[in-house]
Amino acid sequence: MKRSWVFWLPVAASIAMFATFFVALVRPADRTIVSQLVGQPLPAFDAPAAMPDQAGTSSRDYADGKPRLLNVFASWCGPCVAEIPVLLQLQAMGVEINGVAIHDKPEDLARFFAENGNPYARVGLDQGGRAQIAFGSAGVPETFIIDGKGRVVDQHIGVITEADIPDILAKLKGS
Amino acid sequence: MAALWIAASLAFLQFALGVVVLRQNREDLARTIAPLAVAQAALCGLAFLVLMLLFLRSDMSVLLVATNSHSEKPWLYKFAGTWGNHEGSMLLWVAILGVAGATVALFERALRADTKIATLTVQAAISLGFYVFLLVASNPFARIAGVTEGQGLNPLLQDPGLAFHPPTLYIGYVGMSAAFSFAIGALITRDVTPSFARAMRPWILGAWIFLTIGITAGSYWAYYELGWGGWWFWDPVENASLMPWLAATALFHSVTVLATRDALRTWTIMLSCVAFSMSMVGTFLVRSGILTSVHSFAVDPKRGIFILGLLAIYICGALALFALRVGTISEGKRFEPVSREGLLVINNLLLSVILVVVMVGTLYPLALEAFTGQKISVGAPFFNATTGPLALALVAFMAVGPLLRWRHDGGRDLIGKLAIPLLVSVITLGAVYFFAGKAALLPVMGLVVAAGVAVGSVAPLWKRNLARTPLFTWGMVIAHLGCAVSIAGMAADSAFMKEALVPMRVGDTRSIGDFRVTFEDVAQVPGPNYDALQATLRAERSNGDSWALKPALHRFSTPAMVTNEAAIRTFWNGQLYVVVGDERPGNVWVIRMWWKPFVTLIWAGGLMIAGGGFLSLIGRVQRNAAGRKAKRLSAA
Amino acid sequence: MRRFLIAATLCLAQPVLGQDYAEESLPDVNQEAQAVALMDTLRCVVCQGQPISGSNADLARDMRRLVRERIAAGESPETVRAWLVSRYGQWVSLKPEVNELTAPLWLIPIIAMGGAALLYSRRFKRKKK
Repeated sequence: MKRSWVFWLPVAASIAMFATFFVALVRPADRTIVSQLVGQPLPAFDAPAAMPDQAGTSSRDYADGKPRLLNVFASWCGPCVAEIPVLLQLQAMGVEINGVAIHDKPEDLARFFAENGNPYARVGLDQGGRAQIAFGSAGVPETFIIDGKGRVVDQHIGVITEADIPDILAKLKGS
Repeated sequence: MAALWIAASLAFLQFALGVVVLRQNREDLARTIAPLAVAQAALCGLAFLVLMLLFLRSDMSVLLVATNSHSEKPWLYKFAGTWGNHEGSMLLWVAILGVAGATVALFERALRADTKIATLTVQAAISLGFYVFLLVASNPFARIAGVTEGQGLNPLLQDPGLAFHPPTLYIGYVGMSAAFSFAIGALITRDVTPSFARAMRPWILGAWIFLTIGITAGSYWAYYELGWGGWWFWDPVENASLMPWLAATALFHSVTVLATRDALRTWTIMLSCVAFSMSMVGTFLVRSGILTSVHSFAVDPKRGIFILGLLAIYICGALALFALRVGTISEGKRFEPVSREGLLVINNLLLSVILVVVMVGTLYPLALEAFTGQKISVGAPFFNATTGPLALALVAFMAVGPLLRWRHDGGRDLIGKLAIPLLVSVITLGAVYFFAGKAALLPVMGLVVAAGVAVGSVAPLWKRNLARTPLFTWGMVIAHLGCAVSIAGMAADSAFMKEALVPMRVGDTRSIGDFRVTFEDVAQVPGPNYDALQATLRAERSNGDSWALKPALHRFSTPAMVTNEAAIRTFWNGQLYVVVGDERPGNVWVIRMWWKPFVTLIWAGGLMIAGGGFLSLIGRVQRNAAGRKAKRLSAA
Repeated sequence: MRRFLIAATLCLAQPVLGQDYAEESLPDVNQEAQAVALMDTLRCVVCQGQPISGSNADLARDMRRLVRERIAAGESPETVRAWLVSRYGQWVSLKPEVNELTAPLWLIPIIAMGGAALLYSRRFKRKKK
């Protein structure tokens, strides 16, 4: 004898499939890749000095009790330019920001800073994307909030705007 | 535009009349349905031709042309640009749907009259939904003012491959709608019989041939155009074309059982629904942009939901109708497990499992992210590990199936038939280990099975009068042999491929496989709408023969993009594939070279499969016609 | 003397060509094969649709270099994969791990096989009655 419920299985399967499609359409997948290091200690990296008068930065600079921002940027990246005034504001508020420049050259960086200003306490050159990959960063600009023990508190993907300042200050203070 | 509106109304009329005829048995109205289907197809075809003309004339007042074309583009790509975008491809889809309906209306003679009308009614219902979609949510003729130049077409798509790959796939996708409409029609009129199956078979076969060609061509296109030497990436969009193919392959095997032995009735009907459902889901996945893929298409959730709604209605409706009517279909004749039907059942079950695996693998990341927010990726390692062994098992059974008799078979006779293919497989296994040493298990098994199947698939011709062997038997033999050839190509390529990625200066020589490759020159060459940087290399074999290879980088300006043009040299036993890469300081260029043994067999096999399908199709159509003639004669 | 010359030419050859494993095979054929196999199963975080072995993005290039260097240093491909997953999450690996999240993914093929076997056996059992 035929068991009729078996033949309703394809209907059920297709309804499940359409439900998935519907949810996926209504809430389009988030295509940003988030670093897994949030909540973890900053990994070992070494980005040697990019500018003659400014120190580079390495993982040893971060567990000295002072919370900071670690900004991943590049002189060839348009959105990074837009972010600099906000970083300068943060700097004026006493926030220490270190920069790691990706795929960059000292002369390009010098021009970039001359045109836009330099909000960084230290600027390191990332060599072959090693630091970027170690951070789990998928693009520029990205900013990591690091606490005084050298832990990654949060990751900000994309341009920092003025609206983000209170949140960043709170996270720096809370850490 | 008007043509589309009229076509939509005609489709509605066709659908409405069909319903009336089926409900009330109105003989007088029945005759109007077929001409309506033809007129609707003609109008929709006209709309598509108009759009094509607009592209060819670079009419920038049309939004679609302005966003997807450029007046300086070569004419072939203007022409192909018609379907290289969302609206145009949807219009093409619907146009093919209309033409498929019209073809059924004009040429289908074997089907019972009421089933034919039901079929055309279903076809009209599908068309209607998509007409509404085009007119409401995705109008290809929308206007725009003040644009003088277009934005251009993605350079990766500027290739002769594009001109033919999507339409071929679409004909395959949408041709499957005929099978779907037949099945639903037969469910409505309760006409699931062998004669119905015989009528349906050519349509399935026809669509399947186009799908096979489309997939084969797409694979080769990706192979030479993307410039990284791969021929199948388990990309979601590729999977979307593979799924209907798997369902269709299962379908025409099961429909054969239904046609010749009157068994597997319910299963065949369900597969018909599934096959076209897969086509629609495939189109949806590609066009809605919900999957991340190399084939990046625009995302527009509104349109997506519209198509999704259509699909849900059609697919759930069809499956629900199937579930409701399943009790009225009797199971058909019985057979032994060891028989040709038995093996075809195994074929169908394995194909279905592969289909399920591919579908789950493709959709799982989507579902997981939609419901839990977790991101994972499912790629080649999963698909190879799961479908690889299944496919090999499938192909191994394929060698056995055609050797068996219908209904029941077995005993010593069978062992005798299988001895030769088995022996060949064992010899191949020995040869592979003896000559090639270690290689991964799956490719080695692939070679072994391919060898056995190659022999097994020709075996049905053994001791037969070749001139009197029916065309469809030839078709089967060639298609099965094609599978063996294709698998041999895949296995040989993945087991014995050689790759080298080396920095070279002009004058340097490197060896790869049997070749010594010398970097001779690099130069700027202007192209029609790009600047090319062309390297010249010379490949030399130990016997002194040499060939020039000219890989290039093409820099396009609209839109700004660089594409890699591989230089490919084909030999009888493989291809030499050379790509030019980065420039390094000091006039050093990174050159990437592959020696891909027997890689061409993959596509040659694909074409053999399609060719075999074509021979079968001719054979079946001839026999159907002959059968009808005989019936008419005996009736007279 | 001759050995010294070879060593000298090797040293000279290197700076000229500049070793950059982002776009250069490893000298050890087995290691290169391992590295390529691994790169084929790591997803490019920039273009997302492609494995890093076939992507032109700078970051993919950097990852290729990283993979080759780590394999050359003797790490196993799975260690390198795990390391990258610890940075970018499961998403970066095209080879889904077997865990509770992916259990349905791996189980469905098995269930489908089981279902097919059940259908097959039922079809022929019924007949014998």
